[in-house]
Amino acid sequence: MDFIFYFGEVFTLTSMLLLIGGTIGGLIMGATPGLSPTMTVALLIPFTFNMTPVHGLILLGAAYTSTVAGGAVSAILLKIPGAPANIATTLDGHTMAKKGEGAKALQLSFISSLIGGLFGVFLLIFLTPELAKLANEFKTPHVFWLAIIGVTVIGSLEAGSVVKGLLSGCIGMWLATIGFDDIQGVKRFVFHPALGGGVNIIPALIGLFAIPQVITMFSKGRFQTDMEQIQVKKHPIAAAFREVFSRKRALAIGTGIGSIIGLIPGVGGQIAGLLAYDQAKKFSPEKAKFGTGHSEGVIAAESANNAMVGPSLVPLLILSIPGSPTAAVLLGGLVIHGIFPGPNLFIEYPEVIWPFINSMLIGQILMCIFGIYIASLAARVAQVPQSVMAAVVLGLALFGSYAVQQSMGDVYVMAVLGTMMYFLERFGFSAAPLVLGLILGPIAESNFVSGSLMASAQDGTFAFFFTGGLNILLVSIVVLSIGLSLWSEITAKETER
Amino acid sequence: MKILQHKISSGFVALVALLVCYISFTRQPVEAYLFPRLISFFFLGLALWTFVKALLGRSKAGNGLSMDMFKNMAPGVAISAIYIFWAAKGLGFYTATTIAFFLLVTSYDPASHSEPKTWVKRAIITAGFVAIMYALFAKILVVYTPRGLFI
Repeated sequence: MDFIFYFGEVFTLTSMLLLIGGTIGGLIMGATPGLSPTMTVALLIPFTFNMTPVHGLILLGAAYTSTVAGGAVSAILLKIPGAPANIATTLDGHTMAKKGEGAKALQLSFISSLIGGLFGVFLLIFLTPELAKLANEFKTPHVFWLAIIGVTVIGSLEAGSVVKGLLSGCIGMWLATIGFDDIQGVKRFVFHPALGGGVNIIPALIGLFAIPQVITMFSKGRFQTDMEQIQVKKHPIAAAFREVFSRKRALAIGTGIGSIIGLIPGVGGQIAGLLAYDQAKKFSPEKAKFGTGHSEGVIAAESANNAMVGPSLVPLLILSIPGSPTAAVLLGGLVIHGIFPGPNLFIEYPEVIWPFINSMLIGQILMCIFGIYIASLAARVAQVPQSVMAAVVLGLALFGSYAVQQSMGDVYVMAVLGTMMYFLERFGFSAAPLVLGLILGPIAESNFVSGSLMASAQDGTFAFFFTGGLNILLVSIVVLSIGLSLWSEITAKETER
Repeated sequence: MKILQHKISSGFVALVALLVCYISFTRQPVEAYLFPRLISFFFLGLALWTFVKALLGRSKAGNGLSMDMFKNMAPGVAISAIYIFWAAKGLGFYTATTIAFFLLVTSYDPASHSEPKTWVKRAIITAGFVAIMYALFAKILVVYTPRGLFI
């Protein structure tokens, strides 16, 4: 119950202003198609530099929470999911809006997001310290394998093909080795002076997530958005609360599935929303109503994608393995403030981590309140022309990546990586495993090198990295994650034939 | 067309992997290249697998690029490249941003280019954006951006 003692920091004026600003900004960004939660958090990181770690993390946490929920606004009112996590919401939410129940759909969406989100954050509060105690057993070879697991799990799940996902992870790990080697001080792979200091995580994150979006907007040309915003009529909020609580089955399925999916490294909100929608439909006595504007569809999907947020931070905070691509960017946010996640995080930085987690609790409540009242405004902002959106994101990417170290080299790295990522994504590669490789690469390398040194004084490298119960378990997870993904890819291809 | 694109993209990745592998296994001291050797081994293996699959025409992940997409993105990418690689430093961040923002919004705006009202609207949006960026980065975050010929 340590978290209770750290609420004070959340209720300071600065923290509350950041929380409110991050929530409102996140709701608007989330509602804007093309601005994903991952990109929003990546673009916000440079703004947290001048802040204390607590304030920086509060802003990023608020943005993460509200962008996921904000995506429901455009999913319901414009039939365009603001983020992949909101795809399932479109199915019933937009139909409800077309039937004149737009306000009701939005209220159901934000209330179920609140309930799912609160459950997820409580899971984070109570599960993380306990699991951290178990994680204390991890030694050098185990940490190396954990870093590899982070890359392989997300690599085998995120990309268009398992091999390309793993290849993306390898590219990320190689990029992490550019610059001076930590032990010998040797310059490695420095092909240009801009790479002298290595690839800085923040410009890389901005480039990898923002620039492909900008080029995608360019590739649509002088695109006339024919989005028709549905006008929202008033609906009593008390009735929406009654409706959510009368649909306990859908709420429980959404919250449960979202929480479990969040705990699995790399899976993310898109799968949570779709899986919860599917299961809620299977277990509902009103199956036929799904897809025709049924409230259970919205409740299941939205409770799931927000329930995923808290648990996605559990593997991140204990093992440095993010539960979702956005959590991977948050890992970058933690690292730039000098906070390296691990089993001792709650012992070394309780004054930073607990206020951050507590702020996510308060953030969920603010998200629900602001979400219900500014949904129409957010939907209007979502209709901003793509031409303006692309130029804004490009400007923010340039200033944001320069501000990190006030170096043009970072700007060039951001632009080159981003452009290459756009083309790679067109051919089935994925940014998420590449980012994970970039972030976890140094952790894997330092543990691999020190492990190899220790191994040479003991039983040899093979025995050091491949024997012992925990090593065998971790290696099995690596092999299983790759094997299962390959198997499902092969069977999917055979079914297609 | 798509098969050829897959061959080019996977060939490029395989070439990078080959270069990384070559450097990792030939440069000294060995200790500094221990981890790059491990990574580049898998990097090259997976890249060659992808390349061979593309050569056999069995690479299907990803939609590739159509000529229309390429034509649409070309002006935007060109403006962005000049903006990032030359203008930002040569003219100064804020001047370059004003010009690049206006050019990009104009190039991709679906609104008519023959009505004076739309030009005024674009100019106002550009001025508003640059003012916000100036307030945020120069005044609040105190970031010293390159000045170039102008600011």
